[in-house]
Amino acid sequence: MRKIGLLVAGVAALGMALGQANVIKIATQSPLSGPQAALGEQIKLGAELAIEEAKAKFKALGFDLVLVPYDDQANPDVGVANANRIINDPDILGVVGHLNSGVAIPSSEVYARVNLVMVSPANTNPRVTDRKLPNVNRICGRDDVQGPVGAEYAFNNLKVKNVFVIHDKTAYGQGLAEEFKKRLEALGGKAVAFVGTEETSNFVPIINQIRGARPVPELIYFGGIYSQIGPFVKQLRERGVKTRVMGGDGLDSSEFVRLAGKENAAGTFYTTVAGPVSAFPKAKAVAQRFKQKYGKDLEGFGIYAYDSANVLLAALEAAIKAAGNKKPTREQVAQAVRQVKMEGLTGTIEFDDKGDNKKAKYFVMQVASTGNWADNKLIRVIEMAAPGAR
Amino acid sequence: MLEQILALLPQVIFDGFILGFVYAMVALGYTMVYGVLELINFAHSEIFMIGAVVGVEVFRYLAPHVGNGFLLLFIALVLGGVVAGITAILVERFAYRPLRARGTTNRLVPLITAIGVSFILQDLVRLVEGLWHNEFFLRMRTVEDLEGSIELFGGAIFAQSKSFILMGVSILMLLGLTYLVNRTKLGVAIRAVAQDLQTASLMGIDPDRIISRTFLIGGSLGGVAGVLFALQYTTITPYVGFLPGIKAFTAAVLGGIGNIPGAMLGGLVLGQLENFFGTYLPILTSGNFGTEYKDVVAFLILIFILLVRPQGLLGQVVREKV
Amino acid sequence: MNALALLLSLAYLGLVFLAPGALSNLFGLLALGATAFLRLSPNGRTLNLALLTLGFTLGLVRSGNTLGLIGLVGILVALTTLPRIPGWIRALLGLAILLLSVPMAGFANTFIFELGIQIGIYAAMALGLNVVVGMAGLLDLGYAAFFAVGAYTWAIFGSEQAKNFMQGSFPLPGEYMYLFMGIAVVTTALTGLFIGLPALRLRGDYLAIVTLGLGEVVRILANNLDHPINFTNGPQGITPVQRPPIDWFRELMGGLGVRLDQATDYQLFFYLLVLLMIGLVVLANVNLANSRFGRAWVAIREDEVAARSMGIPLLPTKLLAFMTGAAFSGVMGVIFAAQRTFVSPESFTLLASITILGMVILGGMGSIPGAILGAAALTILNLDVLKTFSEFVRTSLPQIPSQVDPAKYERLVFGLILVLMMIFRPEGLIPERRHKAEMEEA
Repeated sequence: MRKIGLLVAGVAALGMALGQANVIKIATQSPLSGPQAALGEQIKLGAELAIEEAKAKFKALGFDLVLVPYDDQANPDVGVANANRIINDPDILGVVGHLNSGVAIPSSEVYARVNLVMVSPANTNPRVTDRKLPNVNRICGRDDVQGPVGAEYAFNNLKVKNVFVIHDKTAYGQGLAEEFKKRLEALGGKAVAFVGTEETSNFVPIINQIRGARPVPELIYFGGIYSQIGPFVKQLRERGVKTRVMGGDGLDSSEFVRLAGKENAAGTFYTTVAGPVSAFPKAKAVAQRFKQKYGKDLEGFGIYAYDSANVLLAALEAAIKAAGNKKPTREQVAQAVRQVKMEGLTGTIEFDDKGDNKKAKYFVMQVASTGNWADNKLIRVIEMAAPGAR
Repeated sequence: MLEQILALLPQVIFDGFILGFVYAMVALGYTMVYGVLELINFAHSEIFMIGAVVGVEVFRYLAPHVGNGFLLLFIALVLGGVVAGITAILVERFAYRPLRARGTTNRLVPLITAIGVSFILQDLVRLVEGLWHNEFFLRMRTVEDLEGSIELFGGAIFAQSKSFILMGVSILMLLGLTYLVNRTKLGVAIRAVAQDLQTASLMGIDPDRIISRTFLIGGSLGGVAGVLFALQYTTITPYVGFLPGIKAFTAAVLGGIGNIPGAMLGGLVLGQLENFFGTYLPILTSGNFGTEYKDVVAFLILIFILLVRPQGLLGQVVREKV
Repeated sequence: MNALALLLSLAYLGLVFLAPGALSNLFGLLALGATAFLRLSPNGRTLNLALLTLGFTLGLVRSGNTLGLIGLVGILVALTTLPRIPGWIRALLGLAILLLSVPMAGFANTFIFELGIQIGIYAAMALGLNVVVGMAGLLDLGYAAFFAVGAYTWAIFGSEQAKNFMQGSFPLPGEYMYLFMGIAVVTTALTGLFIGLPALRLRGDYLAIVTLGLGEVVRILANNLDHPINFTNGPQGITPVQRPPIDWFRELMGGLGVRLDQATDYQLFFYLLVLLMIGLVVLANVNLANSRFGRAWVAIREDEVAARSMGIPLLPTKLLAFMTGAAFSGVMGVIFAAQRTFVSPESFTLLASITILGMVILGGMGSIPGAILGAAALTILNLDVLKTFSEFVRTSLPQIPSQVDPAKYERLVFGLILVLMMIFRPEGLIPERRHKAEMEEA
């Protein structure tokens, strides 16, 4: 048995030796297929662009930079299985992702086993960072701010008291809707109903509930992803219900307009943690390069993924220098990420001890009537620190 | 609370009929195949989905060229029915017939095959649509002619013209099918094969051909239902068939499997029940049990019916031959 | 022939020593094929298998290439199916593969542990479903429901979740997991009774559709029982779930000269735990198959009417099969929850039920080694082969559109497996003797 121990040690040494090859990989994990692919693809492409642009710089440092995209299918099982593969590629020193908090939470536990750092552009559920894992960071805001921001806008600015709250029965959607409801009721408003649905095509029962709800709701809040809200809004308007609709960052995709129809989507409010290109003057040039390269418009999560990747790259660079121009360990990279202070496209990025961005931005938006997602009206930007862990 | 329920009731019943007719048409496909082969054709829900996809594609490509919305819908219905019917025949030919040819007595074998076929069709459609349009969600194009709406009974019912089209077409299809099965030669042959395959073949009926026709008819009905479903609910994915498929099967069992009027009745009853509970559960339980339990209700009804009246609402008790 | 096969095996051994990786492992699979299908003397075969075991182990340890694992699974299959190999060699080589080769490979690549654990969990469930589908001939399409009940049984009490509806100090300490493996047997068996009592009165295909519906009902309940009282935490899932403390295990392994770190300690522990469970489950399976109940189940599968007229009480016998299968699944659910430290309703969909069914079908209904092989094959296919293929396509052939990404089409692959198996080999890869006879006769 001693021999096995020796053999194992030898193998470990060999693995280290192989790992010393000068390749550094960054993985992305996001849904690239299925219902939420439109958002997931932005994450992959945003990170890809950042990495393409940094290749020359890392070449000069003596490293080949490679992106490995993984498809988590918005499913925790797939995410965890991928994570188990990722941690075994010694060249992967960082992960950009995920889209869904429900996938990020279990997957990040796997990364934590080997101190592999994750920088998330999109996971808004408070528990992502409230677990205080040293390897988990996010540059976007949190649902316990995003929900209240929406509630305050609805109550104070739209002068809405009675809201019909719907959610999609996922960790993300339900969490967001609960935060919204909590703040709304604290302000003195009322959630007329709080309904969850997994339905994807037939929203008629819920629309009937809305029509029959008393007191008459002045706003419908839907915590969910565009793939559900789109058809919902279409059926709602077709049935002549004119009540205003509000959603969260899951709605923030041009696919929403396609599914709901231009005229039905127009005027829909949404809060997001990933602002549009128009909100960030610095993002304009990147958006052009993005469009040139991929033939698609850069949207909110693409910008945040670009920044997330750049946070990782900055940390890598620092860690490489600290390690004396050698390939840093995963732990060193994870520590370096927490030290990063940089000006990204989205503003200053700096992490607190939980891994939340010290000051994250929250946006209230309204869908334009032109059908062009980039034309959406930016109503207000709120910059706020993450609330303390409960 | 009662007031709230009553205010909505006409609308809920109307919407229940829309859903019910969709289920009824899909249920007919299950019931016909079951009647002839005693096989739960799981893949039927994917035949339905393929009809819906064809409907979306016809609207996508022909809407700019065909001015008249009703003509466009007619083309979509015909094409949807034909493509779905042909798919059903192919499935029968390449998946079920080899099993029959081998004379398998184990009833699990065709059932498992059907599940497999169902998975294959889902992903094939997903692959094709992914390569073709790079879309997962297919959206039915809006055509003005079909989008009109009126309010009936002083606003108690809000109805769209496409809902009336859906009901009208399904009633026509159901009547047509009843005529076909009861009055035509093919219908007699189908009933003969359903009753006793061996004896029917002694009477000069080619069972393979009749089974193939049965799949064609059931499949086209499913396809037409798919097109109407897409028109009504507008968003389609490759996996959209699963739940309506299961519900339609439930409807077929509810009405008495193998029994054509039973399938129609079952579909309508199930549509009403589902819509009723989907709308009213949160109100009835003051928010403790929401809309999400409507599928639970549907399955519990299925189990209840099977326990109390295994032959279904209109079915007859069949003594098992030993 | 003997010389040729020996040459191939030796060549592989040399190759894997010089250049471990995917290519040499492919060669090894070829050599394994030669060993299995050429006409060899029993001694030659045994020698070859031993050489190949060495080769695949070496390949895994040196490169972490998972094709080596497929090779090892292949050798295990060869050991169980090939005739005229001495029993002690079968046992020795099999144990060496399970207890030495796989853990050693796991240290080189912890993904091998993950694969091993997942295969083990699914194999135990496939064995459970095998009792229901294979032995008793009852088609259960909602089997993942029991897995869910087991997983939630521990997840609720092994996390702070239970505080929502109970007094007491939660989470319960990790040691309670062992106790809960026992409790899960009871809760899942009761769920089986509860579901089976109405469902099992029905005939074949009705049963299938009802179990499918009830499987969905359990998932919907898990997804919705977060209000009015929060039992399951709904779609958010439950995390973190406690794991048993394993200091004693670390010490034990340290005494054996194996040093464990954060990435490998629990993985090795759960791997060995799962192996132990499979051992127990197989034992239970074999004993059941040869017991009065096992014979009654087969009788019911073959002919219900005849079985009844021979005085077999139908409903209780079927219920027993149903509950036994459920209990196996429940125990594995507890392990699943603890190993992942996370449980959410999305793991227990219809696809999971069908996947387990696919394992049983692929291996051969009623066959114990078949169920294990089916579990290994589909798990490796799903977690590794399709994903590796996808990675390869995405990095090396980026001109291929991402819509054709193989990892997305697991349903297509399962569907094809089910259909092709039913058409061409309904008795499965390693058929059970009685079943094979039945299929051929038909």
